[in-house]
Amino acid sequence: MIGPVAGATGEVVRVTGTEAIGPYTLLRVAAGTIEPGVPGQFFMLHPPGHVLPRPMSLCLAEAGELCFLIDPIGPGTRTLCDLSVGESLHVLGPLGNGFDLTVLRPLIVGGGIGVAPFPFVAQVLGRPPAILGFRSAHHAEAAALVPGAEVVLDPVLVTSLLPEDPMDVLACGPEPMLEAVRQRAPRAQLAWEAPMGCGYGACYGCVVEVDGRLQRLCVAGPVLRAA
Amino acid sequence: MTVALVNGSGCLDALIAPGVAAQLDAFVTKTITPEPREGNPPVRIAETEAGMLNSIGLQGPGIAVFLSDTLPALAALGLRVWVSVGGFSAPDYAGICERLDGRPDVEVIELNLSCPNVEEAPESSAQIVAACRASTTKPLYAKLSPATSDIGESARAVVAAGADGLTLVNTIRGMALDPLSLKPKLARGFGGYSGPALKPVALACVSACARAVDVPIVGLGGVRSGQDALELVAAGASVVSLGTVLFADPTAPERIRRELRHESTARGYPDPLAARGVANSG
Repeated sequence: MIGPVAGATGEVVRVTGTEAIGPYTLLRVAAGTIEPGVPGQFFMLHPPGHVLPRPMSLCLAEAGELCFLIDPIGPGTRTLCDLSVGESLHVLGPLGNGFDLTVLRPLIVGGGIGVAPFPFVAQVLGRPPAILGFRSAHHAEAAALVPGAEVVLDPVLVTSLLPEDPMDVLACGPEPMLEAVRQRAPRAQLAWEAPMGCGYGACYGCVVEVDGRLQRLCVAGPVLRAA
Repeated sequence: MTVALVNGSGCLDALIAPGVAAQLDAFVTKTITPEPREGNPPVRIAETEAGMLNSIGLQGPGIAVFLSDTLPALAALGLRVWVSVGGFSAPDYAGICERLDGRPDVEVIELNLSCPNVEEAPESSAQIVAACRASTTKPLYAKLSPATSDIGESARAVVAAGADGLTLVNTIRGMALDPLSLKPKLARGFGGYSGPALKPVALACVSACARAVDVPIVGLGGVRSGQDALELVAAGASVVSLGTVLFADPTAPERIRRELRHESTARGYPDPLAARGVANSG
Protein backbone atom coordinates (compact mmCIF):
# COMPACT_ATOMS: atom_id res chain seq x y z
CA MET A 1 0.00 0.00 0.00
CA ILE A 2 1.48 3.35 -1.04
CA GLY A 3 0.73 6.05 1.53
CA PRO A 4 0.82 9.82 1.31
CA VAL A 5 4.42 9.93 2.58
CA ALA A 6 6.80 8.93 -0.22
CA GLY A 7 8.56 5.63 0.31
CA ALA A 8 6.73 4.90 3.56
CA THR A 9 3.70 2.87 4.49
CA GLY A 10 1.46 3.62 7.45
CA GLU A 11 -0.44 0.73 8.95
CA VAL A 12 -1.99 -0.41 12.21
CA VAL A 13 -0.08 -3.57 13.08
CA ARG A 14 -0.24 -6.17 15.84
CA VAL A 15 2.37 -6.89 18.44
CA THR A 16 3.67 -10.42 17.93
CA GLY A 17 6.20 -10.55 20.75
CA THR A 18 8.02 -8.64 23.44
CA GLU A 19 11.30 -9.68 25.00
CA ALA A 20 13.33 -8.04 27.76
CA ILE A 21 16.98 -7.62 26.81
CA GLY A 22 18.81 -6.04 29.73
CA PRO A 23 16.89 -2.82 30.49
CA TYR A 24 15.56 -2.67 26.92
CA THR A 25 12.55 -4.28 25.28
CA LEU A 26 12.65 -5.92 21.86
CA LEU A 27 9.20 -5.21 20.43
CA ARG A 28 8.13 -7.45 17.56
CA VAL A 29 5.24 -6.42 15.31
CA ALA A 30 3.64 -8.00 12.25
CA ALA A 31 5.13 -6.24 9.24
CA GLY A 32 1.88 -6.18 7.26
CA THR A 33 2.69 -4.36 4.03
CA ILE A 34 5.44 -2.27 5.63
CA GLU A 35 8.86 -2.73 4.04
CA PRO A 36 11.94 -2.95 6.29
CA GLY A 37 13.88 -0.44 4.20
CA VAL A 38 17.61 0.11 4.57
CA PRO A 39 19.44 -0.30 7.92
CA GLY A 40 19.61 3.07 9.69
CA GLN A 41 16.24 4.22 8.37
CA PHE A 42 13.57 4.70 11.02
CA PHE A 43 9.89 4.16 11.71
CA MET A 44 7.37 6.23 13.66
CA LEU A 45 5.71 4.04 16.31
CA HIS A 46 2.60 5.57 17.85
CA PRO A 47 2.20 4.58 21.50
CA PRO A 48 -1.56 4.11 22.05
CA GLY A 49 -3.01 7.02 24.03
CA HIS A 50 -0.20 9.45 23.21
CA VAL A 51 -0.37 12.54 21.01
CA LEU A 52 2.83 11.95 19.05
CA PRO A 53 4.53 8.91 17.55
CA ARG A 54 8.14 8.03 18.47
CA PRO A 55 11.03 7.49 16.03
CA MET A 56 12.74 4.07 16.22
CA SER A 57 15.31 2.56 13.91
CA LEU A 58 14.64 -0.98 12.79
CA CYS A 59 16.60 -3.47 14.88
CA LEU A 60 15.85 -6.69 13.04
CA ALA A 61 13.86 -7.62 9.94
CA GLU A 62 12.55 -11.15 10.20
CA ALA A 63 10.06 -13.04 8.07
CA GLY A 64 6.82 -11.04 8.30
CA GLU A 65 8.05 -9.16 11.36
CA LEU A 66 9.67 -5.86 12.22
CA CYS A 67 11.60 -5.66 15.51
CA PHE A 68 12.46 -2.53 17.45
CA LEU A 69 14.79 -2.24 20.45
CA ILE A 70 13.30 0.31 22.83
CA ASP A 71 14.76 2.01 25.89
CA PRO A 72 11.95 3.00 28.28
CA ILE A 73 13.17 6.52 29.02
CA GLY A 74 9.83 8.35 29.17
CA PRO A 75 6.06 7.93 29.10
CA GLY A 76 5.87 7.18 25.34
CA THR A 77 8.66 4.62 25.23
CA ARG A 78 7.33 3.03 28.45
CA THR A 79 3.93 2.59 26.77
CA LEU A 80 5.64 0.94 23.81
CA CYS A 81 7.62 -1.40 26.08
CA ASP A 82 4.47 -2.31 28.03
CA LEU A 83 2.51 -3.41 24.94
CA SER A 84 1.31 -7.01 25.02
CA VAL A 85 1.11 -9.57 22.26
CA GLY A 86 -2.07 -9.00 20.26
CA GLU A 87 -2.31 -5.27 20.98
CA SER A 88 -2.16 -2.89 18.03
CA LEU A 89 -0.26 0.27 17.21
CA HIS A 90 0.24 2.51 14.18
CA VAL A 91 3.61 2.27 12.44
CA LEU A 92 4.82 4.52 9.60
CA GLY A 93 8.00 3.88 7.66
CA PRO A 94 10.63 3.35 6.51
CA LEU A 95 11.67 7.02 6.74
CA GLY A 96 14.84 9.05 6.30
CA ASN A 97 18.24 8.05 4.95
CA GLY A 98 19.94 4.90 6.19
CA PHE A 99 23.54 3.69 6.11
CA ASP A 100 25.39 3.28 2.82
CA LEU A 101 26.44 -0.36 3.16
CA THR A 102 28.43 -0.50 -0.09
CA VAL A 103 31.54 0.59 1.85
CA LEU A 104 34.64 -1.62 1.57
CA ARG A 105 35.58 -2.19 5.23
CA PRO A 106 32.60 -1.57 7.50
CA LEU A 107 33.13 -1.28 11.25
CA ILE A 108 30.14 -0.97 13.58
CA VAL A 109 30.55 1.37 16.56
CA GLY A 110 27.59 1.59 18.93
CA GLY A 111 26.94 3.09 22.33
CA GLY A 112 24.06 2.18 24.65
CA ILE A 113 20.67 2.11 22.93
CA GLY A 114 22.62 3.21 19.84
CA VAL A 115 23.10 -0.52 19.29
CA ALA A 116 19.51 -0.56 17.97
CA PRO A 117 20.11 -0.36 14.18
CA PHE A 118 23.12 -2.70 14.14
CA PRO A 119 21.53 -6.15 14.36
CA PHE A 120 19.83 -5.27 11.03
CA VAL A 121 23.17 -4.00 9.65
CA ALA A 122 24.79 -7.27 10.73
CA GLN A 123 21.96 -9.23 9.07
CA VAL A 124 22.59 -7.47 5.77
CA LEU A 125 26.41 -7.46 5.85
CA GLY A 126 27.06 -10.90 7.27
CA ARG A 127 29.26 -10.61 10.34
CA PRO A 128 31.02 -7.24 10.19
CA PRO A 129 33.43 -6.26 12.99
CA ALA A 130 31.67 -4.38 15.76
CA ILE A 131 32.59 -2.42 18.89
CA LEU A 132 29.79 -1.78 21.37
CA GLY A 133 29.96 0.23 24.58
CA PHE A 134 27.50 0.07 27.46
CA ARG A 135 26.94 1.65 30.85
CA SER A 136 26.73 -1.71 32.67
CA ALA A 137 26.78 -5.44 32.14
CA HIS A 138 23.00 -5.37 32.37
CA HIS A 139 22.79 -2.93 29.43
CA ALA A 140 25.42 -4.97 27.57
CA GLU A 141 23.02 -7.91 27.28
CA ALA A 142 21.88 -6.18 24.08
CA ALA A 143 25.30 -6.91 22.54
CA ALA A 144 24.10 -10.48 21.98
CA LEU A 145 22.01 -9.09 19.11
CA VAL A 146 25.23 -8.33 17.19
CA PRO A 147 27.14 -11.62 16.92
CA GLY A 148 30.88 -11.34 17.44
CA ALA A 149 30.86 -7.78 18.77
CA GLU A 150 33.63 -6.60 21.08
CA VAL A 151 32.09 -5.06 24.18
CA VAL A 152 33.42 -2.37 26.52
CA LEU A 153 31.81 -1.19 29.72
CA ASP A 154 31.84 2.26 31.29
CA PRO A 155 34.33 3.93 31.90
CA VAL A 156 36.12 2.36 28.90
CA LEU A 157 35.21 4.23 25.72
CA VAL A 158 34.45 2.59 22.38
CA THR A 159 36.93 4.93 20.73
CA SER A 160 39.73 3.29 22.74
CA LEU A 161 39.24 0.15 20.61
CA LEU A 162 39.21 1.95 17.26
CA PRO A 163 42.08 0.73 15.05
CA GLU A 164 44.73 3.16 13.75
CA ASP A 165 42.93 3.31 10.43
CA PRO A 166 39.32 3.21 11.58
CA MET A 167 37.98 1.93 8.25
CA ASP A 168 34.43 2.76 7.23
CA VAL A 169 32.80 3.35 10.59
CA LEU A 170 29.03 3.05 10.95
CA ALA A 171 28.22 4.67 14.31
CA CYS A 172 25.17 5.24 16.47
CA GLY A 173 25.15 6.37 20.07
CA PRO A 174 25.12 9.39 22.36
CA GLU A 175 26.31 12.69 20.91
CA PRO A 176 29.67 12.81 22.75
CA MET A 177 30.47 9.37 21.33
CA LEU A 178 29.52 10.46 17.82
CA GLU A 179 31.66 13.57 18.16
CA ALA A 180 34.63 11.47 19.35
CA VAL A 181 34.15 9.04 16.45
CA ARG A 182 33.92 11.95 14.03
CA GLN A 183 37.35 13.18 15.18
CA ARG A 184 38.95 9.79 14.64
CA ALA A 185 37.10 8.66 11.52
CA PRO A 186 36.29 11.40 9.03
CA ARG A 187 34.71 8.89 6.62
CA ALA A 188 32.31 7.65 9.30
CA GLN A 189 28.57 7.52 8.81
CA LEU A 190 26.89 8.73 11.99
CA ALA A 191 23.29 7.95 12.93
CA TRP A 192 21.98 10.85 15.04
CA GLU A 193 18.98 11.02 17.31
CA ALA A 194 16.52 13.83 18.02
CA PRO A 195 13.01 14.14 19.41
CA MET A 196 10.69 14.04 16.40
CA GLY A 197 7.06 15.05 16.06
CA CYS A 198 6.21 13.56 12.69
CA GLY A 199 9.22 11.90 11.03
CA TYR A 200 8.31 13.19 7.55
CA GLY A 201 9.40 16.83 7.47
CA ALA A 202 6.18 18.45 8.63
CA CYS A 203 6.89 19.74 12.13
CA TYR A 204 10.45 21.15 12.02
CA GLY A 205 10.91 19.80 15.53
CA CYS A 206 13.95 17.55 14.95
CA VAL A 207 16.54 20.00 13.69
CA VAL A 208 20.23 19.40 14.34
CA GLU A 209 23.18 21.47 13.19
CA VAL A 210 24.55 20.01 9.96
CA ASP A 211 27.29 21.87 8.09
CA GLY A 212 26.63 24.96 10.19
CA ARG A 213 22.90 25.04 9.45
CA LEU A 214 19.91 23.71 11.37
CA GLN A 215 18.43 20.93 9.27
CA ARG A 216 15.55 18.55 9.84
CA LEU A 217 17.12 15.27 10.91
CA CYS A 218 14.16 13.28 9.57
CA VAL A 219 14.78 14.60 6.05
CA ALA A 220 18.56 15.15 5.96
CA GLY A 221 19.34 12.11 8.16
CA PRO A 222 19.21 10.34 10.49
CA VAL A 223 22.47 8.99 9.04
CA LEU A 224 24.90 11.79 8.18
CA ARG A 225 28.49 11.80 6.97
CA ALA A 226 31.06 12.78 9.60
CA ALA A 227 32.80 15.20 7.25
CA MET B 1 -20.41 24.56 -0.63
CA THR B 2 -19.03 22.36 2.04
CA VAL B 3 -16.53 22.62 4.83
CA ALA B 4 -13.04 22.96 3.39
CA LEU B 5 -10.10 21.33 5.15
CA VAL B 6 -6.72 23.05 5.31
CA ASN B 7 -3.57 22.58 7.40
CA GLY B 8 -2.39 24.74 10.23
CA SER B 9 0.54 26.92 9.23
CA GLY B 10 3.80 25.20 10.09
CA CYS B 11 2.21 21.76 10.38
CA LEU B 12 3.04 20.49 6.90
CA ASP B 13 5.72 20.90 4.23
CA ALA B 14 3.91 20.32 0.93
CA LEU B 15 7.17 20.10 -1.00
CA ILE B 16 8.43 17.24 1.19
CA ALA B 17 5.05 15.52 1.56
CA PRO B 18 2.92 16.45 -1.47
CA GLY B 19 0.77 13.36 -0.93
CA VAL B 20 -0.46 14.81 2.36
CA ALA B 21 -1.03 18.30 0.93
CA ALA B 22 -2.98 16.84 -1.98
CA GLN B 23 -5.65 15.64 0.47
CA LEU B 24 -6.37 19.22 1.55
CA ASP B 25 -8.63 21.80 -0.10
CA ALA B 26 -5.89 24.40 0.29
CA PHE B 27 -2.33 24.37 1.60
CA VAL B 28 -1.30 26.95 4.20
CA THR B 29 2.44 27.74 4.08
CA LYS B 30 4.77 27.97 7.02
CA THR B 31 4.87 31.61 8.13
CA ILE B 32 6.93 33.75 5.74
CA THR B 33 9.05 36.51 7.25
CA PRO B 34 10.90 39.41 5.57
CA GLU B 35 14.34 37.82 6.03
CA PRO B 36 15.49 34.18 6.22
CA ARG B 37 15.26 32.77 9.74
CA GLU B 38 17.08 29.80 11.19
CA GLY B 39 14.48 29.45 13.94
CA ASN B 40 15.01 28.53 17.55
CA PRO B 41 17.70 26.13 18.81
CA PRO B 42 16.73 22.54 19.67
CA VAL B 43 15.11 21.06 21.75
CA ARG B 44 12.06 22.41 19.92
CA ILE B 45 9.21 20.00 20.69
CA ALA B 46 7.88 18.10 23.68
CA GLU B 47 4.83 15.95 24.18
CA THR B 48 2.68 16.68 27.23
CA GLU B 49 -0.16 14.76 28.83
CA ALA B 50 -2.80 16.03 26.39
CA GLY B 51 -0.95 17.86 23.65
CA MET B 52 2.44 19.05 22.57
CA LEU B 53 4.64 22.12 22.78
CA ASN B 54 6.57 23.55 19.86
CA SER B 55 9.19 26.24 19.79
CA ILE B 56 10.20 26.32 16.14
CA GLY B 57 10.57 30.10 15.95
CA LEU B 58 9.42 30.80 12.37
CA GLN B 59 12.22 28.94 10.57
CA GLY B 60 12.01 29.82 6.91
CA PRO B 61 13.70 31.12 3.77
CA GLY B 62 12.35 34.68 3.85
CA ILE B 63 10.06 36.32 1.31
CA ALA B 64 12.58 36.64 -1.54
CA VAL B 65 13.40 32.92 -1.74
CA PHE B 66 9.77 32.09 -1.04
CA LEU B 67 8.70 34.07 -4.12
CA SER B 68 11.50 32.82 -6.38
CA ASP B 69 11.58 29.14 -5.35
CA THR B 70 8.90 27.96 -2.94
CA LEU B 71 5.77 29.53 -4.41
CA PRO B 72 6.41 28.35 -8.00
CA ALA B 73 7.11 24.84 -6.69
CA LEU B 74 3.88 24.84 -4.69
CA ALA B 75 1.92 26.12 -7.68
CA ALA B 76 3.47 23.38 -9.84
CA LEU B 77 1.94 20.83 -7.47
CA GLY B 78 -1.48 22.24 -8.36
CA LEU B 79 -2.22 23.29 -4.80
CA ARG B 80 -4.41 26.20 -3.79
CA VAL B 81 -1.95 28.24 -1.73
CA TRP B 82 -2.68 30.30 1.35
CA VAL B 83 0.39 32.20 2.51
CA SER B 84 0.97 32.73 6.22
CA VAL B 85 2.73 36.05 6.80
CA GLY B 86 4.72 37.08 9.86
CA GLY B 87 6.97 39.88 10.96
CA PHE B 88 8.15 42.07 13.78
CA SER B 89 6.39 45.31 12.85
CA ALA B 90 3.40 46.45 10.81
CA PRO B 91 5.66 47.51 7.90
CA ASP B 92 7.15 43.97 7.90
CA TYR B 93 3.71 42.44 7.39
CA ALA B 94 2.57 45.08 4.91
CA GLY B 95 5.75 44.78 2.86
CA ILE B 96 5.25 41.04 2.38
CA CYS B 97 1.57 41.52 1.54
CA GLU B 98 2.52 44.02 -1.12
CA ARG B 99 4.94 41.54 -2.70
CA LEU B 100 2.31 38.78 -2.65
CA ASP B 101 -0.40 41.03 -4.05
CA GLY B 102 0.43 40.53 -7.71
CA ARG B 103 0.91 36.77 -7.49
CA PRO B 104 -2.10 34.99 -8.98
CA ASP B 105 -1.07 31.69 -7.33
CA VAL B 106 -1.74 33.14 -3.84
CA GLU B 107 -5.38 32.67 -2.89
CA VAL B 108 -5.45 33.94 0.68
CA ILE B 109 -3.02 35.76 2.97
CA GLU B 110 -3.17 34.68 6.60
CA LEU B 111 -1.61 37.14 9.02
CA ASN B 112 0.14 35.30 11.84
CA LEU B 113 -0.51 37.92 14.52
CA SER B 114 0.07 35.62 17.43
CA CYS B 115 3.16 33.41 17.21
CA PRO B 116 3.99 32.58 20.83
CA ASN B 117 7.64 31.80 20.01
CA VAL B 118 9.01 35.11 18.74
CA GLU B 119 8.94 38.75 19.75
CA GLU B 120 5.66 40.48 19.11
CA ALA B 121 5.26 43.51 16.88
CA PRO B 122 4.75 46.74 18.82
CA GLU B 123 1.57 47.63 16.94
CA SER B 124 -1.86 46.21 17.74
CA SER B 125 -3.32 43.46 15.58
CA ALA B 126 -5.81 45.96 14.12
CA GLN B 127 -3.01 48.35 13.17
CA ILE B 128 -1.12 45.53 11.41
CA VAL B 129 -4.28 44.44 9.56
CA ALA B 130 -4.94 48.04 8.48
CA ALA B 131 -1.39 48.36 7.11
CA CYS B 132 -1.77 45.09 5.19
CA ARG B 133 -5.22 46.08 3.92
CA ALA B 134 -3.63 49.12 2.31
CA SER B 135 -1.04 46.85 0.63
CA THR B 136 -3.12 44.13 -0.99
CA THR B 137 -6.53 43.30 -2.41
CA LYS B 138 -6.06 39.60 -1.58
CA PRO B 139 -8.38 38.12 1.04
CA LEU B 140 -6.77 38.74 4.46
CA TYR B 141 -7.34 36.33 7.33
CA ALA B 142 -6.21 37.35 10.81
CA LYS B 143 -4.87 34.50 12.96
CA LEU B 144 -5.53 35.39 16.57
CA SER B 145 -4.21 34.14 19.88
CA PRO B 146 -6.66 32.61 22.35
CA ALA B 147 -4.67 34.26 25.16
CA THR B 148 -6.87 37.30 25.50
CA SER B 149 -9.70 38.20 27.81
CA ASP B 150 -12.21 39.17 25.09
CA ILE B 151 -11.46 37.58 21.73
CA GLY B 152 -14.78 38.82 20.32
CA GLU B 153 -13.50 42.35 20.79
CA SER B 154 -10.21 41.44 19.04
CA ALA B 155 -12.27 40.01 16.18
CA ARG B 156 -14.35 43.17 15.81
CA ALA B 157 -11.19 45.29 15.78
CA VAL B 158 -9.38 43.32 13.06
CA VAL B 159 -12.52 43.04 10.91
CA ALA B 160 -13.10 46.80 11.23
CA ALA B 161 -9.47 47.24 10.11
CA GLY B 162 -10.13 45.24 6.96
CA ALA B 163 -9.72 41.52 7.73
CA ASP B 164 -11.87 39.34 5.47
CA GLY B 165 -11.75 36.33 7.73
CA LEU B 166 -10.37 34.91 10.97
CA THR B 167 -8.20 31.91 11.82
CA LEU B 168 -8.89 30.69 15.35
CA VAL B 169 -6.83 29.75 17.25
CA ASN B 170 -3.07 29.91 17.32
CA THR B 171 -1.23 27.87 19.94
CA ILE B 172 -1.19 29.13 23.50
CA ARG B 173 2.07 29.56 25.40
CA GLY B 174 2.99 26.63 27.61
CA MET B 175 5.90 24.98 29.39
CA ALA B 176 6.98 21.42 30.16
CA LEU B 177 9.59 20.37 32.69
CA ASP B 178 11.90 17.42 32.69
CA PRO B 179 10.70 15.25 35.59
CA LEU B 180 14.21 14.63 36.92
CA SER B 181 16.08 17.90 36.42
CA LEU B 182 12.95 20.08 36.80
CA LYS B 183 14.34 22.24 34.00
CA PRO B 184 12.33 23.16 30.89
CA LYS B 185 12.33 20.51 28.19
CA LEU B 186 12.44 23.13 25.44
CA ALA B 187 15.63 25.11 24.81
CA ARG B 188 13.72 28.40 24.87
CA GLY B 189 11.90 27.39 28.04
CA PHE B 190 8.38 27.72 26.64
CA GLY B 191 6.53 26.93 23.45
CA GLY B 192 3.16 26.94 21.73
CA TYR B 193 0.72 24.41 23.15
CA SER B 194 -1.37 22.46 20.65
CA GLY B 195 -3.22 19.20 20.32
CA PRO B 196 -6.30 17.73 22.00
CA ALA B 197 -6.11 20.00 25.06
CA LEU B 198 -6.62 23.05 22.83
CA LYS B 199 -10.02 21.95 21.47
CA PRO B 200 -12.25 23.43 24.20
CA VAL B 201 -10.27 26.69 23.95
CA ALA B 202 -10.73 26.78 20.17
CA LEU B 203 -14.46 26.03 20.47
CA ALA B 204 -14.96 28.91 22.90
CA CYS B 205 -12.98 31.35 20.73
CA VAL B 206 -14.69 30.35 17.48
CA SER B 207 -18.07 30.63 19.14
CA ALA B 208 -17.32 34.07 20.62
CA CYS B 209 -16.04 35.40 17.31
CA ALA B 210 -18.90 33.93 15.28
CA ARG B 211 -21.26 35.88 17.54
CA ALA B 212 -19.16 39.05 17.26
CA VAL B 213 -18.51 39.28 13.50
CA ASP B 214 -19.95 37.91 10.27
CA VAL B 215 -16.89 36.68 8.33
CA PRO B 216 -15.52 33.26 7.37
CA ILE B 217 -13.77 31.54 10.25
CA VAL B 218 -11.04 28.91 9.94
CA GLY B 219 -11.33 26.80 13.07
CA LEU B 220 -8.36 24.93 14.43
CA GLY B 221 -7.25 23.49 17.71
CA GLY B 222 -7.07 19.84 18.68
CA VAL B 223 -9.04 18.37 15.79
CA ARG B 224 -8.42 14.64 15.62
CA SER B 225 -11.66 13.35 14.13
CA GLY B 226 -14.67 14.26 12.00
CA GLN B 227 -16.61 14.72 15.22
CA ASP B 228 -14.09 17.34 16.38
CA ALA B 229 -14.32 19.10 13.00
CA LEU B 230 -18.13 19.11 13.15
CA GLU B 231 -18.02 20.65 16.62
CA LEU B 232 -15.84 23.51 15.37
CA VAL B 233 -18.33 24.07 12.53
CA ALA B 234 -21.19 24.06 15.03
CA ALA B 235 -19.30 26.72 17.00
CA GLY B 236 -19.09 28.86 13.86
CA ALA B 237 -16.17 27.70 11.69
CA SER B 238 -16.67 27.52 7.93
CA VAL B 239 -13.25 25.98 7.27
CA VAL B 240 -11.49 23.45 9.52
CA SER B 241 -7.74 23.34 9.85
CA LEU B 242 -5.63 20.37 10.94
CA GLY B 243 -2.43 20.76 12.90
CA THR B 244 -0.92 18.37 15.41
CA VAL B 245 -3.00 15.43 14.12
CA LEU B 246 -1.01 15.51 10.86
CA PHE B 247 2.17 14.59 12.75
CA ALA B 248 0.74 11.27 13.89
CA ASP B 249 -1.49 10.56 10.89
CA PRO B 250 -0.51 11.71 7.39
CA THR B 251 -3.83 10.34 6.12
CA ALA B 252 -5.80 12.59 8.53
CA PRO B 253 -7.31 14.96 5.92
CA GLU B 254 -9.01 12.20 3.95
CA ARG B 255 -10.04 10.34 7.07
CA ILE B 256 -11.46 13.41 8.80
CA ARG B 257 -13.31 14.53 5.64
CA ARG B 258 -14.93 11.09 5.44
CA GLU B 259 -15.78 11.10 9.15
CA LEU B 260 -17.11 14.67 8.98
CA ARG B 261 -19.53 13.75 6.21
CA HIS B 262 -20.65 10.69 8.14
CA GLU B 263 -21.09 12.52 11.45
CA SER B 264 -22.98 15.45 9.93
CA THR B 265 -25.27 13.22 7.87
CA ALA B 266 -26.04 11.22 10.99
CA ARG B 267 -27.26 14.44 12.62
CA GLY B 268 -29.45 15.50 9.70
CA TYR B 269 -26.98 17.78 7.93
CA PRO B 270 -26.20 16.34 4.49
CA ASP B 271 -23.74 19.24 4.06
CA PRO B 272 -21.69 19.82 7.22
CA LEU B 273 -21.76 23.55 6.52
CA ALA B 274 -25.47 23.51 7.34
CA ALA B 275 -24.46 22.85 10.94
CA ARG B 276 -22.50 26.09 11.06
CA GLY B 277 -23.25 28.04 14.22
CA VAL B 278 -25.88 25.68 15.65
CA ALA B 279 -24.00 25.78 18.97
CA ASN B 280 -24.60 29.52 19.17
CA SER B 281 -28.37 29.73 18.73
CA GLY B 282 -31.13 29.23 21.26
